Amino acid sequence: MSDRKPLGSEHLQYPQRHYGMDHSHYEWQMLTEREPVHWQQGELALWVNVSLQFFPLNQRGTPFPPPGGMTMPYPDLRHFSLRDYGNRVGIYRILRALDQYGVKPTFAVNGELALRTPYLMHMLRERGDELIAHGWNMDSPHYGGQAQEEEAELISRTLDTLQEASGQSVQGWLSPGKVHSENTPTLLAKHGIEYFCDWVNDDMPYHFRTGSGALWAMPLSTELEDQFILRNNLHSETSYAEQIEDACRFLLAEARQQGGRILALNIHPWMLGQPHRIGYLERVLEFVTAQPGVFSAPAGTLLEQCARPVTEPA
Amino acid sequence: MQSDPGFYEYWPYHQRPRLTWPNGARVAFWVAPNIEFYELNPPANPHRKAWPQPSPAVPGYSIRDYGNRVGHMRQMALLNKYGVRGSISLSTALCEHHPEIIELCQERNWEFFSHGIYNTRYTYGMSAEQERSMIRDSMETIYRHTGQKCAGYLAPALSHSEDTLDLFAEVGTELFGDDGGFYTCDLFHDDQPTPINLRSGKRFVSVPYSLEMNDTIAYVVNKVEPRRYGQMLKENFDRLYQEGAESGTVMCIPTHNYQVSCPHRMRAFEEALEYITGHSDVWVTTGREIAEYYLQHFYDTARADIEHKNASAKWEATCQ
Repeated sequence: MSDRKPLGSEHLQYPQRHYGMDHSHYEWQMLTEREPVHWQQGELALWVNVSLQFFPLNQRGTPFPPPGGMTMPYPDLRHFSLRDYGNRVGIYRILRALDQYGVKPTFAVNGELALRTPYLMHMLRERGDELIAHGWNMDSPHYGGQAQEEEAELISRTLDTLQEASGQSVQGWLSPGKVHSENTPTLLAKHGIEYFCDWVNDDMPYHFRTGSGALWAMPLSTELEDQFILRNNLHSETSYAEQIEDACRFLLAEARQQGGRILALNIHPWMLGQPHRIGYLERVLEFVTAQPGVFSAPAGTLLEQCARPVTEPA
Repeated sequence: MQSDPGFYEYWPYHQRPRLTWPNGARVAFWVAPNIEFYELNPPANPHRKAWPQPSPAVPGYSIRDYGNRVGHMRQMALLNKYGVRGSISLSTALCEHHPEIIELCQERNWEFFSHGIYNTRYTYGMSAEQERSMIRDSMETIYRHTGQKCAGYLAPALSHSEDTLDLFAEVGTELFGDDGGFYTCDLFHDDQPTPINLRSGKRFVSVPYSLEMNDTIAYVVNKVEPRRYGQMLKENFDRLYQEGAESGTVMCIPTHNYQVSCPHRMRAFEEALEYITGHSDVWVTTGREIAEYYLQHFYDTARADIEHKNASAKWEATCQ
């Protein structure tokens, strides 16, 4: 095409074209080729992660805007206050629903949110649920090319704040927007993190290499996330519930043939905590927890069993 | 730049010569799983960005990797269950990266056709020589790893040049004579195969490969709900089956293991497969077999009919 610049010779060179992945973060391995995991409590683990987020009104949006962030000219009170609704109102509906069905979640919390909502943090601390770090705030992305010192400071500030707010040693990490830099995994491992949930390339945990030891990559599906289905895809709430029910049936059947599986649901109080949506979360939890073979557990509990596979199901 | 690439003439869907499939089937049905490799850090093509974030673009890369690590085995088991041999639209570097997948498909006698080397290497900006070299590499790779003489082409990430179809056919002839490089999946103009005009005059056919039934187009672009996608597949089939009583039609489901093989989407796909393959008079086949059958039995008739219809239309236009 005459109006296009010709491509350089590097476009026909393929230096990574060899067996396995085109990077060294983890080994290529199909899920079916892996040693099966047998959960102690059943066949299919329901892992619900509740993401508690702070979206700054003065969003910088660099190098990319956060999913769910401000989209209107400053001051975008519409999105700012609706996200805040999740932390004021929606979360309490969600906690009630989780308790009603005996679900043991993890809470992924932005460090800055912990400073802003001591009441909520106190309550989570009293409940004793597992807390994972969700970065500083939703407008503090970890990204390729980010200065390492800047990122290390973000991570330590986040972890220090959350450890103090929760009274527990934080072992898990979920990057804002599930995006990270080339240094993030190494920095996380260096700061004592044991697992992170950014990669959606598997349905079971696997080892992820870093410059300072291995991390567990924990599967937290994006495709089944409330935000992805309802806000990104504009599917109905009914379809949200159907998709999770279909996933539950499928994974349970697969677990019976191939070994333990995880149904991982990432949910947001600013989405599902709305009065017209909470009923669909309840419908989902009722359906899933009623299936024989399904049990609920937070991520850390599941990983303990992966580290020491139990050969005889209890 | 052209206002019409000239690959085919106008050919009305009614009053065409009757197309019949083997054993009187009404619909030739094929499933085309795209088995792709997306690079984490490809050289940046100035005409199209591979990823929305700076490298490492974890969200896009990792869900596509899911397709190979987790999704492939699911879809393969499902296609086995309903007696469907996949026609793989292959990022051919996958032969080197994940040969296990290639072997599993070979054991099941699936077809491999070229979908370029990587789905992160776009045709945009390539010189004709570069594109020819890329296409040749991809066809040679398939032959070296599977012994199959690649018959079909779907440009990587649907990125084309004006020369794409010609180059594919010519490289096919160089490598395999008439046994390779004779059908394309890149055109969406018809529900029956049609002859394609090439500068070489090679007998070459477009096999319908539906964009609308493509799971990625449905799920990612059109944001269709999974159960509605299943319903769309059934309704698409119903109409093609009905029309196929008069003259044979083609139904294709192009799939991606990072879409259709997610746990919450398998049920819709399975129900559609069960429904479609549960009908009699359906030829469950591959892209190559459709193209071969068409070339052998209908290509010349079609050419003659197209010429006749356009000649008489021109004559009528002249008389007015």
